[in-house]
Amino acid sequence: MTSPETVLATSTLPPPRDAYKINWIRLAPFLYTVGLFVAWEIGVRISGLPHTILPTPSRIFEAIVQYWSPIWKNSLQTLYTTVLGFLIAVVAGLGIGLFIGWSKTIYAGLYPIMIGFNAIPKVALVPILVIWFGIGTVPAVLTAFLISFFPIVVNVATGLATIEPETEDVLRALGAKKLDIMLKVGIPRSMPYFFGSLKVAITLAFVGSVVSETVASNNGLGNMMASAQSNFNVPLVFAGLLMLALEGIVMYALMAWLEKRMTGWAHRSTMSN
Amino acid sequence: MPLVSIDNVDMRYGGPNGTLAVSGLDLHIDRGEFVAVVGPSGCGKSTLMKLTTGLHIPQSGTVIVAGQEVTKPVSIVGMAFQNPTMLPWRTTLENILLPLEIVERHRHRLRKHKREYVEKAEALLETVGLKGFGDKFPWQLSGGMQQRANLCRALIHEPELLMLDEPFGALDAFTREELWCVIRDLHASQDVTIVLVTHDLRESVFLADKVVVMSARPGRVVSEHVVPFERPRQLDILYQPAFNDMVQALHSEIATARAAA
Repeated sequence: MTSPETVLATSTLPPPRDAYKINWIRLAPFLYTVGLFVAWEIGVRISGLPHTILPTPSRIFEAIVQYWSPIWKNSLQTLYTTVLGFLIAVVAGLGIGLFIGWSKTIYAGLYPIMIGFNAIPKVALVPILVIWFGIGTVPAVLTAFLISFFPIVVNVATGLATIEPETEDVLRALGAKKLDIMLKVGIPRSMPYFFGSLKVAITLAFVGSVVSETVASNNGLGNMMASAQSNFNVPLVFAGLLMLALEGIVMYALMAWLEKRMTGWAHRSTMSN
Repeated sequence: MPLVSIDNVDMRYGGPNGTLAVSGLDLHIDRGEFVAVVGPSGCGKSTLMKLTTGLHIPQSGTVIVAGQEVTKPVSIVGMAFQNPTMLPWRTTLENILLPLEIVERHRHRLRKHKREYVEKAEALLETVGLKGFGDKFPWQLSGGMQQRANLCRALIHEPELLMLDEPFGALDAFTREELWCVIRDLHASQDVTIVLVTHDLRESVFLADKVVVMSARPGRVVSEHVVPFERPRQLDILYQPAFNDMVQALHSEIATARAAA
């Protein structure tokens, strides 16, 4: 005989279905990636394109296994030059951004110069860097730096330049100096812009280091792909691209995590309020 | 001697041919007085605030606050605007303590006497009906609550003069009336002189000892009206004929000032 309590308990409990529910949103990035590779594989097989034009993903993975030692070594080299250049860009970008955002005159004077500098294709600078520093790691680091510091500068300067006038009035009426306003309001305020710009900057840094390695280095994924290409080893070229994509995704995710971690308040509120 | 004396002040923005915001402005505010400034829009009410706090220095005439001619920002004032401008990365309590990190007299004491200041901030929060909200972030508060916190921030360094620039303009009618009472009680309990710039004539008559009417640009003082109602005032006086007559008289005066422009 069942007691009334157990009857009640079993009838009101929801069926334990939730535990088996698949979280499609979390799974989507992996499914879509797999889907892309599958479609690619099938497409190449059906069309019968040779490996020297477009290799199948399976052939690329084969190449990754086959050439793992040089791929690993060169991937680390590229990651190293990229991250180093990026770190210099963070320090310099933060510094120049604060300097530019400090006063309207400096902002007006330096902004056109910055725009002009940013318009120069950085690949055109690599030969100059080679004249100055020789080929290898240094020009790669510097190209990564030069290409990635601009978005950081612009974002930090924007954050500083958009302080609400009321906030400034309230503080100035209390006798606040420019430095006080910058420390208490300007810099914390520009941090969401700064961390947001890191995601853009890290991807650009990869572009810079690989361009430089391709043109002027004996190391790195850029150089590896350039020499693989001259040997018609197209699967190895694609293997290099895949490694670059992977490094890019990992670094981007790291920056996104950092952004969320450091400036959570900006994602839960509107800045203007 | 009045706390604030403004004598024959001209203020022009944007060079010799710029807009003349106020011209021949005369205004005297006694210590402990509650003055409301009303007038048509663009009459230089905000300029008046900036002149009094020393954010602007007049081209001619004199502004004297607490016995000293104003030549730089005077740190005996607290300010609150329509936009609460709470810093979203600080908790409400930290926002309220911000002026203490700036004002010369407090900034060096703050670290050592933190507890004392926090207690003071919490007492202020209680006065405006925000007890226990100190560790919430401003964006977790409603507009009315943010404005209450804004008042606390304006008062934390015990200013002698509180300047309010349409602080309740963006709030709904009920919250506004609630905050009128908060301001009324603050003025009654603390030794503070208040200047309230507003568009709301009922607000000015309900709160102030003296209502100052300004003309259209270039602004000057057209008339001053002493508000005769006894303190403490309750919200019911809003519905008394004498109150409404005064509001209506002010209204027609401002309408004339607008037409003259």
